[in-house]
Amino acid sequence: MFDHHHHDHDLDESGLSRRGLLTRCAGWAGTAALYTMAGGVASSMSIDAALAAKPIMGKTKPFTFLQISDTHLGFDKPANPNTRATALEAVAKIKALAQKPDLILHTGDITHLSKDEQFDDAKQILSDLGTPIFYVPGEHDFLDEGGGKTFLAHYGQNTLGTGWYSFDHNGVHFVALNNVANLKPGGMAHIGDDQLAWLKKDLAGLSSSTPIVVFAHIPLWTVYEEWGWGTDDSAQALGFLRRFGSVTVLNGHIHQVLQKVDGNINFHSARSTAYPQPAPGAAPSPGPLKVPTEQLPSMLGIRTATFTRGTAPIALIDSTLA
Amino acid sequence: MSFYLPSVRSVAFLLALSTPMAGLFAGQALAAAPVKVAIKGFAFVPQIVTVAPGTTVTWTNADEDPHTVVANDKGFRSAAMDTDDSYSFTFTKPGDYAYFCSLHPHMTGKVVVK
Repeated sequence: MFDHHHHDHDLDESGLSRRGLLTRCAGWAGTAALYTMAGGVASSMSIDAALAAKPIMGKTKPFTFLQISDTHLGFDKPANPNTRATALEAVAKIKALAQKPDLILHTGDITHLSKDEQFDDAKQILSDLGTPIFYVPGEHDFLDEGGGKTFLAHYGQNTLGTGWYSFDHNGVHFVALNNVANLKPGGMAHIGDDQLAWLKKDLAGLSSSTPIVVFAHIPLWTVYEEWGWGTDDSAQALGFLRRFGSVTVLNGHIHQVLQKVDGNINFHSARSTAYPQPAPGAAPSPGPLKVPTEQLPSMLGIRTATFTRGTAPIALIDSTLA
Repeated sequence: MSFYLPSVRSVAFLLALSTPMAGLFAGQALAAAPVKVAIKGFAFVPQIVTVAPGTTVTWTNADEDPHTVVANDKGFRSAAMDTDDSYSFTFTKPGDYAYFCSLHPHMTGKVVVK
């Protein structure tokens, strides 16, 4: 039922204190995005007030956050005829957590077909959590005629380019990347020069001891090239990240838990709440994997992340909906 | 010009009966038999199709994942096709038309028009 990726569980409970989600100097994008997403949590705080707030660089505090992915609202095929119900199960599971997460990352494929009503449905289902949610799009969220305009209308406020941004929380720097826009023939996922230039600048002012969490839909390491499970130009992004002592890269897209460690960079893909996909190369092609109905909940899930301190790896616990 | 047309047509008709080169002369009337490409298992099947000018190619998505058909040079572009959705494009000029799925760009195909 639980997959423990890290053995680091020496959480200092006494040090757990929920503080405001403040951003550092470059937080103009993330701050506004946060308050947009945060519902009532911090809506009384203006951007100016957030910018004037004391930077918290170098000061980390323990907290938990959560990853949810690939809700695919609107998908109704045999692999899961009711993705709405399984998304609601995930929400119920999150609400039942003993430690309420400070924030939630949704790593894309919120919807199946980028339709307004599917985005609206996602909002309705997830707003019940009462926790700030930060989104990146999957390719399913970017397939409207406008090439992502619908997603950006819902979630793009105060983000840059095709929807990238960053923010800080308790001394951890979070970076949201879009690697599903403007994909090239024959390639895989793609970050693109504009976003890479922004990333370089975004990270430039940070101390190497700053813990970094990067989240994007498609894996930033090559899981399986024949299925396009990787990102063409991720090497450049990872180049900017190598000097940091602790980098956690979270993605969705492949609907299964996989991980890889590369120096100080830890890559983790998450389960979907909608349907599983085959293990890399285990089937003729990727796509929804039909499993016996009773088996489905054990292949869907959410991920809890616990940050303790400094460069200690972020402890991840993947739990299924079974 | 129109004075010569009947004889040209006659030649084309005779060629059509006697040689596979007929399509080059007979124009759309003989070349327009539509061609179908399936999108199945995250692949275009067949991956390469060779057609005469004037041929309409129709792609139909048999996958549970949506796909698109987008020319590498952006000369044609489908909307996202859900399961069983189709997209057609008529190729009038000879040439090689490479295309891909803009959602899963490792999926590539080619239409050769000659």
